[in-house]
Amino acid sequence: MSTRLDHRRQPAAAPVRRKKRKGQAIGLAYISPWLIGFLVLTLFPFVASLVYSFTDYNMVGSFHFVGLANYVEMFTNDPTFAQSLKVTLLYVLMAVPAKLAIALLVAMALNIKMKGIGFYRTIYYLPSILGGSIAVSVLWRFLFMKEGLVNSMLSSLSISPINWLGDPKLALFTISLLPVWEFGSSMVLFLAGLKQVPQELYEAAKVDGAARIRTFFHITLPLLTPIVLFNLIMQTINAFQQFTAAFVITDGGPMKSTYLYGLMLYDNSFQFFKMGYASAQSWILFVIILLFTLVLFKTSNRWAHYEDGGDGK
Amino acid sequence: MTLRKILTVFGLSAFGLLFCYPLLWLVGASFKPNQEVLSTIGLFPSEFVWDAYARGWKGVGKTSFGTFFANTFLLVVPVAALTALSSTIVAYGFARFRFPLKGLLFTLMISTLMLPDAVIMIPRYILFKNFHWLNTYLPFYVPALLAANAFFIFLLVQFLRGIPRDLDEAAVIDGCNSFGILVRVLAPLMVPAIISTCLFQFIWTWNEFFNALIYINSVTKFPVSLGLRLVLDTEGAVNWNQIMAMSVVTIIPCVVIFFMAQKYFVEGVSTTGLKG
Repeated sequence: MSTRLDHRRQPAAAPVRRKKRKGQAIGLAYISPWLIGFLVLTLFPFVASLVYSFTDYNMVGSFHFVGLANYVEMFTNDPTFAQSLKVTLLYVLMAVPAKLAIALLVAMALNIKMKGIGFYRTIYYLPSILGGSIAVSVLWRFLFMKEGLVNSMLSSLSISPINWLGDPKLALFTISLLPVWEFGSSMVLFLAGLKQVPQELYEAAKVDGAARIRTFFHITLPLLTPIVLFNLIMQTINAFQQFTAAFVITDGGPMKSTYLYGLMLYDNSFQFFKMGYASAQSWILFVIILLFTLVLFKTSNRWAHYEDGGDGK
Repeated sequence: MTLRKILTVFGLSAFGLLFCYPLLWLVGASFKPNQEVLSTIGLFPSEFVWDAYARGWKGVGKTSFGTFFANTFLLVVPVAALTALSSTIVAYGFARFRFPLKGLLFTLMISTLMLPDAVIMIPRYILFKNFHWLNTYLPFYVPALLAANAFFIFLLVQFLRGIPRDLDEAAVIDGCNSFGILVRVLAPLMVPAIISTCLFQFIWTWNEFFNALIYINSVTKFPVSLGLRLVLDTEGAVNWNQIMAMSVVTIIPCVVIFFMAQKYFVEGVSTTGLKG
């Protein structure tokens, strides 16, 4: 090992420096596919979306700048927007915490040394592999329709059938159970985090006679906070944009009770071709998600603990 | 201790069964006579009916599920391969070279992970429309070729960080250029991460619904996701067991791949998530 390193140091300084400068161009060349893609497929659309949001662009003919009219319209004269925003916030508030709580509980149950534990990990992870697939949405529709499996189960327990998808008060709740069912990838992250918690801490707590609940809140949870933060942000961003489940299972109904933001954006842009207006709406969504993420990051140094004081690099 | 373990196993099994019951029921229902699909909660049909698969496979109009499947493979396989190729090259650039603005570009790359797709979908659609790419698979191929999904770059960068640079240096001494190092030294070591990338991209693209919905509009080019939705619309409240059967058919490839390669999924998720 050391001879190899010595050998490497032997060439004079000048060629090495030239090589370094050449290396800089090479690095840029390697990342150029991403760079081109970023400029054309992300940055340009990002800016264009903001520009469109101040226009009445509708895919046909010319379009005009209308200033803030789209934004004013949205907040003062569009009950659908208000409804959709309300429904989406409720959906995020129901689905994300429930998903993370279940993911964490299952991860803790799976964090034991035992033969065949990998099998359970696989089983619990399976639904999230199929997540977002249309087949799962179809399945959900059949499970929760009036004559569906869930009501059949309830009636065998002599509970009268519940109108899961037809009742405006229940439909959103029923839809938000679907992402909770797909908790697998969050669970895997928690599991990986749990494996890194030093066992000495638990042993010390045991010596001190700490109860299991106390151990959880004082050792496990604090050490997992970076993963909680990561999961919270990624799952929230996804939940805010949910489309497939609501589109296939209820198509926004009944009475727009499951008319999630993603559905509204789809309708305005790809059904009514109100591209300018939909762009403005997508920017409101962006600002909401951005604010949410910033608040989480800003407050996270109060509640998220990093042992290595940073990003783990 | 042993009692606790038994209780844990019992709890895990009960909970696991509850969570998998819908999937098992889906498979069972696809073999039930049509009128029995909704009325029974049992997994096994009173009599096995096989024709739901054959009749469902015929699809809608003249387009069978054979076409939908062929389309899906035509869509998914190139996308997965192109993603793995481009992401490996880009990750190599980020992980092993210095260049101007590297820190800024890396941060931008990571932040695209958090950029909601909703914000860029409309201009992207208009862009692809102006390129005359609508109703082709190019809106899927080109972003894959350009490593548009930062998740995979990040996964591979994280993996590369774990491979000692000594190996690169030894290869330089042996006369390897930078591309040679990637192809001959690093890529073989990155195989597990590259497999993770292919598998994730395969399954995500397989399940892709929204982009297929906006970019593909002729039925003969529909992937299975759109085909299934079409069947649901036309068969709706009539032939439930056919819809069940075709739902099963569309998830089987994903389930098989998942069980064959589940460690790559788990490793992929834990590599990226932990250090994010």
